[in-house]
Amino acid sequence: MHIVVCVKQVPDTKIIKINPKTNTLDRRSAPAILNPYDAHAVQEAVKITKTIGKGTISVLSMGPPQAVAVIKKSIEIGADRGFLISDRAFAGADTLATSYALSKALERISKDMPVDLIICGKHAIDGDTGQVGPGIARRLDIPPVTNVIEVSELNEGEKTILIKRKITNGYELIQAQVPCLLTVEKEINSIEYSPMPNMIKAARYEPVIWSVNDLEEVDRTQLGLKGSPTIVGKMFTPPKPEGGKRLEGNAEEQVKQLMELLNDKKELFVSR
Amino acid sequence: MDEYRGVWVFIEQNDGKIEGVSLELLGAGRKLADKLDVPLSGVLLGYEIKSLCQEVIAYGADQVYVIDHEVMKDYRTESYMKAVINLAEKYKPEIFLYGATSNGKDLASAVATDLSTGLTADTTMLDVEVDKRLLEASRPAFGGNIMATILCKKHRPQMATVRPKVMKALEPDPDRQGEVIEEAITLSEDDMRTKVIKIVKDVTKKVNLADAHVVVAGGKGMGDLQNFQLIHDLADAIGATVGGTRDVVEAGWLPHEQQVGQTGETITPKVYFAIGISGAIQHVVGMKNSEFIIAINKDPDAPIFDVATYGIVGDALEIVPKLIKELKEARERGGEMSYV
Repeated sequence: MHIVVCVKQVPDTKIIKINPKTNTLDRRSAPAILNPYDAHAVQEAVKITKTIGKGTISVLSMGPPQAVAVIKKSIEIGADRGFLISDRAFAGADTLATSYALSKALERISKDMPVDLIICGKHAIDGDTGQVGPGIARRLDIPPVTNVIEVSELNEGEKTILIKRKITNGYELIQAQVPCLLTVEKEINSIEYSPMPNMIKAARYEPVIWSVNDLEEVDRTQLGLKGSPTIVGKMFTPPKPEGGKRLEGNAEEQVKQLMELLNDKKELFVSR
Repeated sequence: MDEYRGVWVFIEQNDGKIEGVSLELLGAGRKLADKLDVPLSGVLLGYEIKSLCQEVIAYGADQVYVIDHEVMKDYRTESYMKAVINLAEKYKPEIFLYGATSNGKDLASAVATDLSTGLTADTTMLDVEVDKRLLEASRPAFGGNIMATILCKKHRPQMATVRPKVMKALEPDPDRQGEVIEEAITLSEDDMRTKVIKIVKDVTKKVNLADAHVVVAGGKGMGDLQNFQLIHDLADAIGATVGGTRDVVEAGWLPHEQQVGQTGETITPKVYFAIGISGAIQHVVGMKNSEFIIAINKDPDAPIFDVATYGIVGDALEIVPKLIKELKEARERGGEMSYV
């Protein structure tokens, strides 16, 4: 069983600040972290290989050289090896160009060791799109299953996997043929403390780094900014609403005015 | 690129019921189609769902492309994607909108890859630059502090997923006329690599905030759990559903399913009471499109007053009990203000 987990380095959006003068992100204000959903994806791969008692977990990332940090973090969680594709040619990619570059790297990885399962986080917290996972699945022509909350059973003989997929007000139980691609929700597992040997391994680990020249049969027009159909037209602060009227006076007077307003707006309270 | 014409909306249905966001998108799509002077079309997939076509037309579509086939019974990326790609390649729409639901996002991502076109995620504003026939899809970036307008200049169709509850559906017109175009698909169950074994609905979820008509929401300004009871009492008195901020949920005063905001529910009730809520952007994005917003807060500079229809600067602990008393008395006087 060979599982590849796709991971991304993101700024911690809980902390990131906006420069109010320029409306741009002050990236120095936020530390770079492993996308939280991707940490759960790695953890799930660890869980699966533990359950079946064998397997190799590879992690794949695209980004600048410092993105090595998120591969090391994945090794801490329990991945066996890591690959980073890093090249100026990949820069400025939107989701379409990103899924293209990652699918080329996945083809290269699977040449040496066929891939049975690809796991991604549901989305990255810096873009929130969730579009790259399904995009990769399409490019490799394997079925995608998104919003996974449980991997219930993996049947290696039959080459099938049983998955719970979150939907509005419940879940679907899905059987998919392997290989397939899953994107996972946070509730699929909880991140366990890394055992000491993993920490030591991660500290010393140096992932394989590939440039665009290391990938095969690449159509460069589909990479990076050039290969991205979408562009950011403009950034703007949402217009600040003006706010409404204030009800003046003491508490009694305010409540009296409010009661009159509610009476006037009675029709709003009638059920649709 | 000039051969691409028309605005399309993917109509998501579950168990023969059209999702609210699809009807909202027909409303938003109608405006874009009128500006561009092209027809608005719905794409409806499923099994035994032809009866829904009239509803799609009533909400603003000129045409409905419908594929009614057993293999389409439950949503699956593989089958739905093939159907949608075939239609898009045959009829070439210039704009194609999907609800930003689990299935809508899943489908749009797969379709965009095969059509090699641009897809903007979680859009909250839509407009069109008519001269260039360019869709301007804007979305909040980084927690909603900035908006980014995403363009797709050289590829068609221009696609976007749109968040539920931000666009407005039109009043349905049952007499509206439209064209139903039935399409066939050559897919069989044997071609499918995924099977939906069963669908399990979570019936334990008691409070459905998303469908609530009137919401009374409380924040950390209520002080403690005991005072927060006033929020429940007011909700009872006025027939409302209770909501709260992230702080309140993290403090354990309310379960997560009652959280309003960025990491909770986005809702658009008719009436929203924001009590003891300062109005952090993360909360405001989840409720600002409510029709009638009343805010009660001690701090006159609290940002919640910027989005409120009416604001009361004052102590909620003093005002809310008086309001509950008045409401109860009004009801006893003979139902002239029976809200439930």
